[in-house]
Formats: sequence, structure tokens, C-alpha cells
Amino acid sequence: MMASADLTTAAPDVTSAPPRKVVPRRRKNRNSLTAGVLGWIVGIVFFFPVLWMVLTSFKTEADAYTSTPHLVFSPTLSQYRTVFSSGLWPYAANSAFATLVSTILVLALATPCAFALSLRPVRKTRDVLFFFISTKMLPVVAAIIPIYIASRDLHMLDNIFTLVILYTAMNLPIAVWMMRSFFLEVPGELLEAAEMDGAPLRRTVVEVILPVVAPGLAATALICCIFAWNEFFFAVNLTATQAATVPVFLVGFISSEGLYFAQLAAAATVATLPVILAGWVAQRQLVRGLSFGAIK
Amino acid sequence: MTAIAPPPAAPAPFTATRHARARPDRRRQGWVRRAPLLPALVFTIIVTQLPFLLTLWYSLQSWSLVRPGSEHFVGLTNYADVFRDSQFRTTALNTVLMTVGTVLIAMVLGVALALVLDRKFLGRGIVRTLLITPFLVMPVAGALIWKTVMLDPTYGIINFLLRPFGIGHFDWVSKLPLGSVMIEMIWQWTPFMMLLVLAGLQSQPKDILEAASTDGARPLDIFRELTLPHLRRYIELGIVLGAIYVVNEFDAVYMMTQGGPGISSANLPFYIYQRAFLGFQVGQAAAMGVVVVVATIIVATFALRLIFKTFSGTEQAA
Repeated sequence: MMASADLTTAAPDVTSAPPRKVVPRRRKNRNSLTAGVLGWIVGIVFFFPVLWMVLTSFKTEADAYTSTPHLVFSPTLSQYRTVFSSGLWPYAANSAFATLVSTILVLALATPCAFALSLRPVRKTRDVLFFFISTKMLPVVAAIIPIYIASRDLHMLDNIFTLVILYTAMNLPIAVWMMRSFFLEVPGELLEAAEMDGAPLRRTVVEVILPVVAPGLAATALICCIFAWNEFFFAVNLTATQAATVPVFLVGFISSEGLYFAQLAAAATVATLPVILAGWVAQRQLVRGLSFGAIK
Repeated sequence: MTAIAPPPAAPAPFTATRHARARPDRRRQGWVRRAPLLPALVFTIIVTQLPFLLTLWYSLQSWSLVRPGSEHFVGLTNYADVFRDSQFRTTALNTVLMTVGTVLIAMVLGVALALVLDRKFLGRGIVRTLLITPFLVMPVAGALIWKTVMLDPTYGIINFLLRPFGIGHFDWVSKLPLGSVMIEMIWQWTPFMMLLVLAGLQSQPKDILEAASTDGARPLDIFRELTLPHLRRYIELGIVLGAIYVVNEFDAVYMMTQGGPGISSANLPFYIYQRAFLGFQVGQAAAMGVVVVVATIIVATFALRLIFKTFSGTEQAA
């Protein structure tokens, strides 16, 4: 039942019962107007803080600090210039590195794992799956002390690879569950046909399964990127100057520059923009990732 | 398991020889099947489980991070301290308030928004995109925006909008710290709830709803009798998953209030962080961590059972 939960199924069925259509449709149209007005209002309300952040980032500080907000102002790029000249690039490079490398690692580990838990299920599949999800429930804060001490003793503090390892572990359970839900969609006939032809497992995987789950791989990668890019707790506790990421930059930026609304809005905009764009592109797959693949 | 069942009609003469080789073969087969799974499993065990064992060990020590060599075994003293610590109790209560409040309010709003978005209207795709944006905003940046341009007592836009109602200069973050943090979190988590509930609404069989409405059922009755029971699993899943993340919230507290004034808006993650990295009390922080883990395991056992019900439901259907 849930498996068919897809936006496309929401399209009204035109062929069935044409004589009855007249009454419900009129009601639907009336409702849509209310729904439309209501929808747009709440949409704008929820989006407003983001919009306001972007608007503020194009203001001068004088325009930003007014008790009656200025909606009309002459936009300036000077805040962005300040942000980029205050050393954002190394942080962005660290974030990009940690995000990309951890995502590649996650996919490399999760894909075979999900395969072994779906198409060729091992014994105790259920136990393994629940072990993975249970690691997401344990509070990170209880693990941070040993992680901090271990990284200190291994001289891995302020090292980007520490974050890579932790982000991989953080996203792995989500990716395993999500990839598994994609593998389960591979039609059984396809596999059987490949088996009948006597194709070796590797060829079956590369030629039959991978093309079917490729969109799933992309979606999983995007979800992992979003979580890794936004991560703050590990970054703030385990990095200092060499390996600090964009969220840490935001904190440092504020404490060194004091509270300058427009500048801070520009920094926040730069930090958030990549993920917002990625999320907009992947919004159809977002639900599936966030529900560990339970809802498709 | 059924996929590789051996062909049943094996000719009789071969069964004996095959049987002799079967055991090592099957064992090898087992490992071949398990091999793809092992790297991920081993990695996860090392990175996520080992630290917890160490935390358990640290919790029995008296150990200050700034005095190397100060560690010595103290048994359960740290636990006794934790339970005597009134600040720990306060932050535990804050954590419960924050989690329950945020998740429930976000869910109610999420259901309402999903019901709106389930209707067709002009620009629905755009509105949906606008609505999910708060969830995508980097939590640190979101908290910063709320603390400054939204909730600032003098220049914040919320106070500007409330000025006609006589609340012109309310200092949200210091007068209502827990509430301010929760406002930010509800803003971030409502889209998540909305997406889950919307997926539930759109999986509802349309013909039943249409039949009910042509039979003259009122919209409210349809919602209560048909839609709500159908949504139950989605709502439960949203609450469980939302709670998993919200209970660990650190970013918003760190950015907006630093747990203050005093500890009035500190939750357990923030308090334990403070103890470990600002107070350098490794042993005590570890003991608190263990207490939190035990509490989480108790709650999570119920949560897992619930999740399992949901998942086995979907797989039967698929």
C-alpha cells in the first residue's frame, strides 16, 4: 500500500465514472482556491526567515539595523566580499572534502551491505538491519569523550580524516536502509533471467542491478551530502584551525567580527546555499532518505 | 533465502557424493553471501560501539582532562554524583520538554500543512519547495538567523510584526530561552513531519474517499474515520524519527543561548558537552553519558518495535 505512495498516483483518474465527476469536481475547485491561498501563505511564512536572510545579506549594515525593516534598499555585494576575503575558502574546502569523501565511502560500504540484506539475504538480516538503525538512536554526546581522547592520542585531532571517518559512520545506517529499499525494487524476473543465462554474479550486478538502482544511489548520495555538510557537533569539538568546516567558520566569524547582521546573513547564505539547492533537486527522494527507506 | 535453493530433482546416484561435499561448500557459500555485508558492519561496530564501551570505562574513573595522569578508579562515585546533581535533573527535564514540545507541535503543524498540500492548487510544487527549505538550512545558520534578524529585541522582524499588539521590545532569547530554541527547532522540523504525512495522504486509495463523499459523508467525518487511521503509521514513524534527532539537538542550543541564562535552556547534550570540554570532568561527563544511553535504550526499545511494525507492514505490501 505504502509502496505505491508516489506523487504520480495523485493524478485524478479521468476514465472512471464520468457521469459522477461533475459534482465532486466543482467542490474540488472551490476547495483548491482556499487551499491555494492558505498554501501560499504558510509557504511564504515558513520560507520567510530564509528569504529575510538572503535579503539582509545584500544590505549595508545601516540598512540592516533599522527598527522598521527596509524592504526597499540599494543592494550591495560588499558583505559577500567581506565574507570571502575573511578566509572562507579553506573551511569550504574542508567541508567539501569531508562531505565528498565520506559520501563515497558510505556508498562503497553501504551498497554491497544493502545487497547482502535484500536480494541475497543472509541469515539474521533483520538483526543486522536493526543494529544499524539502533546506532542512530544512541546519543552522540555519550561517544564524543572517547572519540576526542582517541583522536588526541592518535594525533588525529584537527585532522579532516577524523571527520571523514565519523561522517561515514553517521550516514552509513541511513544509506544501508535506503539502498536496501531500492534493491528490493529490482524486479525478480530480471534476476532470474540473468541467473538462467548463467551470468556470473558480478556481471548480474553490473549489468542488471546497477542500472535499476542507479537513481537510488544518486538519491542516497545526496542525502549523505546534506547531513555531512550541515554537521556541527563533531566539527566544533574535534577541529581547530586546520580541519575546521563551514559551520565552524560561521561560529568563528561571529565571535571575531561581533554582531553585524548583514555580514552574518551573507556568511549564513553562503553556508546554506549548496545544501538548499541540492535538497530542492532531490526533494522527491528526501522523504525516502529521511524515513530510512520506509516511505517511498 | 529461497533464491538459491538447490534444484530438488537431483538424480539419485549423485546425492551421495554431493552430500559429502555439501558442508564445506555451504559454509563457503555462507561466507560468500556474508562478505559484502562485513566491511560496513565491522566499520560501524568499531566507530560507533567501541566509544560507548570506553565511555562505560571512563565513567568509573576520576579524570580531569587538564591534569594528565590524574585518572584513577573511583567505582560508582560518578553515578552517585550524577543523581545528586540538581543541574543534571534540570537539563534532563529541559530535554524532555524540548523533545516532546518540538516533536508534537511540529507534527500537528505538519499534518495541517500536509492536508493543505494534498489539494491541487496553482503553484503547489513551488509551495512544497518553499516549505521544505527550513529543513535543508544548516542548523547552525538557521539558529543564527533566528537569534539575530528574526528575534533580536530591537532590530528583529518578529518584534516589528508584534509591535501593533503592544509587544515591541520583548527580549525573546533571554526572557524565553527554551521557547526561542524550540521555535527555531519547530521551524526546522515541521517540513520533515509534513513530508512524511504528505506521503501517507498520497498513498491513500482515492476511490474509497470518493465513494465516501458521493455517499454523502461530511469531509470532517471522512478525515476522522478514514484518513486519520490511515495516517497513524506515518504519524508514529514521524514522531519516532523526529524524536531521535531532536533529543540529540546541540546546534540550536549552542548557537542561540549557550544553554543560558544559567542552565535554563540547556539540554543534556549541551550540558554533557559543557562538563567534558569546558569543565574537563571526563569521568562525570562519561557517567552522564551512560545514564543518557540507558534511558535512550529503554525508550528506543519501544521505538524500534514501532518502527519494525511499520517496516514489516510496508514490505508485505510491496
